[in-house]
Amino acid sequence: MASVELKSVSKSYGGNPVIRGVDLAIRDGEFIVFVGPSGCGKSTLLRLIAGLVPVTDGEISIGGEPVTDVPASKRGIAFVFQSYALYPHMTVARNIGFALETLGLGRDAVRNKVAEVAKLLKVDHLLARRPRELSGGQRQRVAIGRALVRKPEVFLFDEPLSNLDSDLRMEMRIEIARLHDDIGTTMIYVTHDQAEAMTLADRIVVLNHGVIEQVGSPQELYHTPKSRFVAGFVGSPRMNFSTVAATGIGADWLLSGPGGLRLESHVTGNRSTPATVGVRPEALSIVAPGSGRLDGVLERIEDLGHEHFAYVRLDADNSWVVRLPARPREDRDTKVGLSFRDEDLFLFDESGARLDHAASHERSAAALAQTSGGGIAA
Amino acid sequence: MSVKLARADRRAAWMFMAPMLVAMLVVAVWPLARTFYFSFTDAYLDDPTNYSLIGFENYLEVIGDRTWWIAVRNTLLFTVVSVAIETVLGLGIALLINQAIPGRGLVRAAILVPWAIPVVVATKMWEWMLNDQFGVLNQVLISMGLIDHGIAWTANGSLIMGVVIFIDVWMTTPFMVLLILAGLQMIPGEIMEAAEVDGIPAWKRFWSIVLPLLKPAIGVAVLFRVLDALRMFDLAYVLAASSEQVMTASIYARNRLISFQELGIGSAASTWVFLLVAFVAILIIGVLRLDRAAGEAP
Amino acid sequence: MTDAAVALPARRRRSSASYRLERRIKKGFLVVAVGLVLIYTLFPYYWAIVSSTKQGAALYRNTFLPAFDLTYYKALYENRIFLGSLVNSAFVASSTTALSLILGISAAYALGRIDFPQRRGVLMTILMISIFPQVVVLSGMFELINWLGLYNRPSALILTYLLATVPFTTWILTTFIREFPRELEEAAIIDGCSHFRILTKILLPLMGPSLASTGILAFILAWNEFLFALTFILTDENRTVPVAIGLMGGSSRYEYPFGQIMAASVTVTLPLIILVLIFQRRIVAGLTAGAVKG
Ligand SMILES: Nc1ncnc2c1ncn2[C@@H]1O[C@H](COP(=O)(O)OP(=O)(O)OP(=O)(O)O)[C@@H](O)[C@H]1O
Ligand SMILES: [Mg+2]
Repeated sequence: MASVELKSVSKSYGGNPVIRGVDLAIRDGEFIVFVGPSGCGKSTLLRLIAGLVPVTDGEISIGGEPVTDVPASKRGIAFVFQSYALYPHMTVARNIGFALETLGLGRDAVRNKVAEVAKLLKVDHLLARRPRELSGGQRQRVAIGRALVRKPEVFLFDEPLSNLDSDLRMEMRIEIARLHDDIGTTMIYVTHDQAEAMTLADRIVVLNHGVIEQVGSPQELYHTPKSRFVAGFVGSPRMNFSTVAATGIGADWLLSGPGGLRLESHVTGNRSTPATVGVRPEALSIVAPGSGRLDGVLERIEDLGHEHFAYVRLDADNSWVVRLPARPREDRDTKVGLSFRDEDLFLFDESGARLDHAASHERSAAALAQTSGGGIAA
Repeated sequence: MSVKLARADRRAAWMFMAPMLVAMLVVAVWPLARTFYFSFTDAYLDDPTNYSLIGFENYLEVIGDRTWWIAVRNTLLFTVVSVAIETVLGLGIALLINQAIPGRGLVRAAILVPWAIPVVVATKMWEWMLNDQFGVLNQVLISMGLIDHGIAWTANGSLIMGVVIFIDVWMTTPFMVLLILAGLQMIPGEIMEAAEVDGIPAWKRFWSIVLPLLKPAIGVAVLFRVLDALRMFDLAYVLAASSEQVMTASIYARNRLISFQELGIGSAASTWVFLLVAFVAILIIGVLRLDRAAGEAP
Repeated sequence: MTDAAVALPARRRRSSASYRLERRIKKGFLVVAVGLVLIYTLFPYYWAIVSSTKQGAALYRNTFLPAFDLTYYKALYENRIFLGSLVNSAFVASSTTALSLILGISAAYALGRIDFPQRRGVLMTILMISIFPQVVVLSGMFELINWLGLYNRPSALILTYLLATVPFTTWILTTFIREFPRELEEAAIIDGCSHFRILTKILLPLMGPSLASTGILAFILAWNEFLFALTFILTDENRTVPVAIGLMGGSSRYEYPFGQIMAASVTVTLPLIILVLIFQRRIVAGLTAGAVKG
C-alpha cells in the first residue's frame, strides 16, 4: 500500500503536449477515478504512473519514494488493461501465477497463492482453461487475479469493464468496490462510465486537454463543480445549459435567456459577468405553462420504465432535458412550464468558471413571459 | 443462389483459371512427368529419342554412387546449419528492429539490400572480400594482428562449406527478419506491457511469452527456408563449380544430366532430390500441425 | 484477502541514478547493435562500389574510400556482350513479370472471389509447384524447349521462368484480393455484371499497389534466376546478366578480373536496390502476405 504523488508531470509526443503540468497527491488506500472526454490523456497519465512511458517533465513518487526513473517492473504496481492482456498461450492458473514464478517461492507456494486468489475471484473452477475459452467477464476476473496475486502497492485500471455488457459491468463494479474495501490498496481507475465513477471513487479527477479541471469527492463534483466543463461532465444525463444576457443592477445581475427566463441574481465573491446558466435534469419539474420559471414545448418523452426523460424545447437553439420519476400528464407538442429551486441553479462566467450566487426571482418568469409575449408559440 | 447460377459461377472460375492452369500444365506438370518417365530409361541427352525402358536401374545407380551421398550430406548439412543460424540471427535482428530506437527505419530498409542482390552477385562480392591475398577481410585481420598471413577461405577444402553457409546466411536472413517481424507485430503490445508491469524479467518475457507466441511465424519461415535451401544450386555452383566439398544434390543431378549427358540417370537423380524435398516438407508440416493441435487442446 | 503462508519477497529498489545509468547503457547497446547490423548488411555492397572504382595496384590496397576511377565502367559500357546480356535480362524479366501478372490476376480472381468446390485443391497444388526443386523439371523442360525450337533463345527463359513466377503471383494476388471487402462488388453483382467486368472495372483499378508489389517481387525473381539461364542458353550473346557475371573469369587465379566483376555487379544490382528502397513497404507487404497467411 502506498501513496502516489505527481509533481508538475508533463508528457509530450513529438512536441505535442498530452499531459500538461499535472499535480496530484493520492493518499494511501484511496480509490481515485480519472474521468474526461476521449483523448484528454487519462490513459497516458495512468501509463506515466505505471512507468510504461517515460515522463517528459516532472516527478512521480510512490510510497514517498521517487520513482520517476524506476522501470515499471520495480514500481510495485499492477495494471489491469481494457483488453485484459492475458497471455493467450497459458492456462488461467499460469496466467495468475506467472509473476510469482521468478520470485523463488517454490511450486507449492505459488499454487496455493493462485488457488487462494482464484477462489476470491470465483475462477477456481477455470484454472486449467486458456483465455480464449473464457467469457469476457471471466477474463476480466483472471486479469484482476493476476494483478492481485502480486500484492501490489497500487492498482491501476484502464477502463477495465468497458468491454462487458451492462449487467456484468454492474456486477464487476460491485466486486471491485468490495475488493477495495477488503484489501484497502490504493487504486487508480480510468472510466467513461458515470455510474462507475460516482460509486467507486473516493475522489474523482476530471481531466480536460491534459490538465486537471477539478479533483474532489463525487458529491463535491456534483454539487459544487468548479467549472462548466466539470458540471457538464459529472451527472447523467448532463446538465442543461443556456447562454444568458446579463445586465448589471448595482451589485446584482439581471439575467435573461431563452424560454422567457428572467432572473435576478446576487453573485457573491467573484465579480465577473454571468454568461451561462445550468440546471440539472433531476432538479427540474414540469408545471403548468406560465407558473414556472421558463416555458417551452414538450417535444419528446423517453420512457425507461423506472424514469422518464422529457425534452422541452425553449427556442431554436435550446432544448432542456427533464428527468421525471413518472410519466408526465402533458401530451407531446403542448406548452409546458419548467420550475426549479434557487439553489439548483448554476451560473458560469464567460471563461466557464462557476459563480457563487444567491439567485432570486422578483417576479415569476412565466408571468413576465406572458406579459411580454416571450417564449415560443405552441 | 440457384443451382444454375452456381454452375455458371463454377464455369467462370475455371475460365479465369484456365490460362494459369495451361501454363502450369506446360511448364510444371508435363516436364515433371517427362522427368519421371526418363528416369526409367537409358536415354542420353544428345539423342533423347533413342532409348529403352530399364526399370529402377538408374535409381540404384544413383544411390550406389559415393558422390551422390556426399552431395546429399552436403545439402543436409548446409540446410540445417544455415537455416539454424538464419533463424537465430533473424530473430535477433527482428527483435532489434521492433524496439523503439533511432535508426530502426534505416535498418528496416537496409535489411532488404542483401535480399535483393542476385545470388551470383552476392557470391562474387563475398568471394572478392574473402580473397586470400587481396580480400578486405584478411587485410583487416592481419592489421589487427589476429593472423599473420591471409587465410584461403574459398580455396581451403574445410573452410569452403563454412563460406557457402556464411554467404547464404547473409543473403537470406532478411527474409527471416521480415517474417518474424510480421509475427512480432501481431503480438498485442498490452501483453508485453502487462508482463513488464508484473516484473517479469526480460529473459523470461522473451522465453515464455514472445517465443511461444512467435512459434507459428517462425515455423512458416523455417519451412520456406528449408525447402529453399534443400534445392540450393547457384551459390555453391558459382563459388566452387563442381567441387565435391560443397556439391549439393541439385548440382549433382544437373551434372549427371547436362555435363555427362546422362538423361536417364540425371532424371533419376532429380527424382531423388524431389523425394528428399517432399519427405522433409511433409515432416515439417506434420510437426507444425502437431504443434498447432497441441496448442488447441484445452 | 487473508495472508498466504509465504510472504512475497520485499521489493527492492535501487537509486534513480542507477536506473538512469542502466537505461543509458541499454540504449547504447541497442545503438551499437543497430550499427553492426547496418555494417553487416550494407558493407559488402559498399565495398563492391569502392573496388569497382579502383585501378590496378590501388585495387589491392584496402582504402575504405572509393577512388572514382570509372575505367571499369567504361570498359563495361563498351563490352557488347555484357550490354547484350543486360538487354536480355531486362527483356526476359519484364516479359516474365507481365505474363505472370496477367495469368496470376485472372486466376487470383477466381480463387479469391468465386466459390467453387475445388478451390482449396487448386491452391494446394499451386503451393506445391512453387516449392518443388527446379532441377526436377530440368530433363522434361530440356526436351520441351528443344521440341519448341527455343534452345539457346532468351524466350525459352520466359517460358521456363513461369514455373516459379506464376504460382507465386497467383498465390500473393489471391491473398491481396481476399483483403478487399466483398461489398465492393455486391452492387455490381446485383446489377448482373459479368465476372469479367467486375474484375476489370471494379477490382483492377483498386489493385495498383498490390500489382506493383507482386510485380516487383516477380521481376526480382526472374532477374536473379540462374539455373535455367545457365542450362538453356549456350552462347555468350544470349546469356542473362547473372550467368554472364557468374562465368566471368581470368585465364588464371591471379588475373581474376575482380574490379571488372565488381563494376558489373554494382551495375546490375543498382536498379534492384533503388526499386527495393522506393517500394520498401509494398515489398514487405507482398512477402509477408504470401507467407503469413499461407
Ligand atoms: N504513443 C503515442 N504517440 C503519439 N500520441 C499519442 C500516443 N499515445 C497517446 N497519444 C495521444 O495522446 C492523447 C491522449 O491519449 P490517451 O490515450 O491518454 O487518451 P484517453 O483519455 O485515454 O482517451 P480514451 O478515453 O479514448 O481512452 C491523444 O490525443 C492521443 O492521440
Ligand atoms: Mg484510454
